[in-house]
Amino acid sequence: MNAPTLTGYNFAYLDEQTKRMIRRAILKAIAIPGYQVPFASREMPMPYGWGTGGVQVTASVIGPQDVLKVIDQGSDDTTNAVSIRAFFARTAGVATTTATADATIIQTRHRIPEAPLTDGQILVYQVPIPEPLRFLEPRETETRTMHALEEYGLMHVKLYEDIARHGHIATTYAYPVRVAGRYLMDPSPTPKFDNPKMHMSPALQLFGAGREKRIYAVPPYTRVVSLDFEDHPFEVNRFDKPCALCGAHGVYLDEVVLDDRGGRMFVCSDTDHCGTRQEQGHRGDLSTPREGSAA
Amino acid sequence: MTQDLPLLSVRRLGKSYGARTGCRDVSFDIHAGEVLAVVGESGSGKSTLLNVLSTQLAPTTGEIHYRMRDGVMRDVFALSDAERRFLLRTDWGFVHQDPAQGLRMTVSAGANVGERLMAVGQRHYGHIRHTAVDWLGRVEIDAGRIDDAPRSFSGGMRQRLQIARNLVTHPRLVFMDEPTGGLDVSVQARLLDLLRGLVADLGLSVVIVTHDLAVARLLSHRIMVMRHGTVIETGLTDQVLDDPREPYTQLLVSSVLQV
Amino acid sequence: MYVAVKGGERAIANAHALLDHSRRGDHAVPEIAPKQIREQLALAVDRVMAEGSLYDRDLAALAIKQARGDLIEAIFLVRAFRTTLPRFGHGEPADTAAMQIRRRISATYKDLPGGQVLGPTFDYTHRLIDFALAAGAPVAEPAEAGEGEPADTPHVTALLDGEGLIERNPPQPSGRPVGDLTREPLAFPADRDLRLQNLARADEGFLLAMGYSTQRGYGRTHPFVGEIRFGEIEVEFVPEDLGFAVPLGRIQVTECEMVTQFKGTAETSPQFTRGYGLVFGQSERKAMSMALVDRALRAREFGEDVVAPAQDEEFVLSHSDNVQATGFVEHLKLPHYVDFQAELGLIRQLRREHADRAAAAGFTREAAE
Repeated sequence: MNAPTLTGYNFAYLDEQTKRMIRRAILKAIAIPGYQVPFASREMPMPYGWGTGGVQVTASVIGPQDVLKVIDQGSDDTTNAVSIRAFFARTAGVATTTATADATIIQTRHRIPEAPLTDGQILVYQVPIPEPLRFLEPRETETRTMHALEEYGLMHVKLYEDIARHGHIATTYAYPVRVAGRYLMDPSPTPKFDNPKMHMSPALQLFGAGREKRIYAVPPYTRVVSLDFEDHPFEVNRFDKPCALCGAHGVYLDEVVLDDRGGRMFVCSDTDHCGTRQEQGHRGDLSTPREGSAA
Repeated sequence: MTQDLPLLSVRRLGKSYGARTGCRDVSFDIHAGEVLAVVGESGSGKSTLLNVLSTQLAPTTGEIHYRMRDGVMRDVFALSDAERRFLLRTDWGFVHQDPAQGLRMTVSAGANVGERLMAVGQRHYGHIRHTAVDWLGRVEIDAGRIDDAPRSFSGGMRQRLQIARNLVTHPRLVFMDEPTGGLDVSVQARLLDLLRGLVADLGLSVVIVTHDLAVARLLSHRIMVMRHGTVIETGLTDQVLDDPREPYTQLLVSSVLQV
Repeated sequence: MYVAVKGGERAIANAHALLDHSRRGDHAVPEIAPKQIREQLALAVDRVMAEGSLYDRDLAALAIKQARGDLIEAIFLVRAFRTTLPRFGHGEPADTAAMQIRRRISATYKDLPGGQVLGPTFDYTHRLIDFALAAGAPVAEPAEAGEGEPADTPHVTALLDGEGLIERNPPQPSGRPVGDLTREPLAFPADRDLRLQNLARADEGFLLAMGYSTQRGYGRTHPFVGEIRFGEIEVEFVPEDLGFAVPLGRIQVTECEMVTQFKGTAETSPQFTRGYGLVFGQSERKAMSMALVDRALRAREFGEDVVAPAQDEEFVLSHSDNVQATGFVEHLKLPHYVDFQAELGLIRQLRREHADRAAAAGFTREAAE
């Protein structure tokens, strides 16, 4: 990516005063893991709901020497990931990468990379609705009181209803967690498959909700526990087959519809992970030479 | 020793809205296992009193002390929000006249009963469900209805569900606001019978507000007659109803059928 | 066999090039210039300035051109530009009584000091498509105002206040500077300054629907249009190093003061209450809707029951902003296949279990028969 840095704008778009304001919110969020810190979210040049919260967090923590990776649905090449990566390449002139291990900051929508994160990395989540209790209680004044008084019984009522109705907890993504034994937190709409990766992660996890004007955080090596019942323990989504391209087991798969006669294939949602494995010689059932695939 | 202390002690309680008086200068004690009926016409201040007693309204004057489970008398309005809300969902109950106000109408009967248990930290689905089944039985609701929403219940069933939802944490004090109001006479009789049994079995203390002296006679040990926001007569229920001293009470008593 | 479902950088660049091409339209038709938009689509410019929360006619006109006439998109462009501007402080309270009036009407008095000034308005026009406009018919010169001293035009509410018939405008809670929701996140309950700022930036259509709902019984306020005025006012600012107010320039605004439902208590005698609307440019629809909603949102202050959507502060203030709303609605077109995959997995499992149970039940029934 060699686009020239955008003239007329500050490094990483936001002015320094705004960045300071956001950094203060981030520091507070780190000090109170899982607590939603209100911040004066700015209007960004991309729409609300398209990652403005994550972009503001990234813009406030990024430095010229950082290496940025942006993924959406696990992929570096989806439209919104491309757009956000291009935004930082233009406004901050930073190096970008698709390799999880090479990145110092990873901004993500809906996935946590398969490759384990390491000390010093920052994972920035884009969050649409930060309040895990929102669909049980629409009033902000009431949900803030519930957090303050640690009244989380209602969340279990929801899980109870799932089991009574379906025999399972029917929440498959945005699965609520308790952070450091205190705050109830929405992990953003990542599949619950990724929840265990949040627990005791060496990386700093920052969450930005632009439209809802909230920032929250999970500091490195913090307990993150998915809610459940003793007799209906939390379980991750499982797939019957390995990835059709790289043969990986125990990874999150996307379903690709091949034809209108029920033909399906399952491939890694994390494109970097899949590509790396294929380069190492791993092969799945349907892998073919990838040269010349349509764009 | 602490058993000699009242469970709830109310002194010179008053609530006014600007120039208008809701209730004033109300004092009484309730001991464990005692049922107090507050009777009067609509506008007599009995509902205001109940809302202040249950801390849903702040009083203008006076104090309420409650004997906590550790035996210490505490000023309920000096409790922190967290303590007060915890009290409200564990050691206290509140039965509304309209069950829709006291129930979550969109979640199942089982979850309605189980909510308080989950709120205090129970995390075993099977145990919660077992307790819910048990309580549905005690309020005479068929266990087969456990996964139905109260929306599909009759008025009487909803009221019984609301009672089960309140009693599941074994509260020591329950406030009831016209619990039989709005129900058919035959349904009322069954509910009263059920309530009387539960109150006796569990040794509950109850403050029940009603305009129906028959309800007061059937359920309560003591009675408090209110008019224009003040208590005009108080005493043992049978005594007051059989031999009322105040002309107003005499009028009330004469206008109802004897049970 | 495997068709990539990825966007790809080149595909995005191509899409943007096609957008530029579509914007230009047929090259046989002359290209429109921003100044034509500024002068001839002035009410669109006004709306973009009002909801974009930035008074700059040329910038708004350019945004409308760039957005191909999509006004919410233009508002979005202006807002994103506004973010990058430094904030020096806030202006002095504007004196709308000193407005240089282009239009001023009152629905509560037939005649009053300053008079009824109709000004440029669609009111009383017949909404007939004017085919002569397509042909570019010449425009007649407007009538000149008569000679004489420009009349003082006091606010209708000031006249009512002279008799004590209307509540005084409640002052800003002392010691607290006027809020700015673009600098501090909105918290609930919100004071009136922040509510008014939110409404001034709010989507015109949303406010119109909310205001309309109060007229149809969802939070009635018995409104009368005390007055609507449109014209130019001076904006003044006190630079810190000067210590006195200096004029920054003149802007056009529309102001609406609604005279609404009276209130009285044992202590205070009955008085009318107020609803207030103020927007950049000429937009009576928005200023009036804003005034209706402002009054409805004061329900708590007057001890009225909050029962209707327009009275519900969290509801109104959280959903009024069209840049937020359009972003979140339209984000649904972003890929969600990771979440959808999780739901697919679950629903397949539940259907399998359902079928198993049905089969088992069928089996026992057969066995019993």
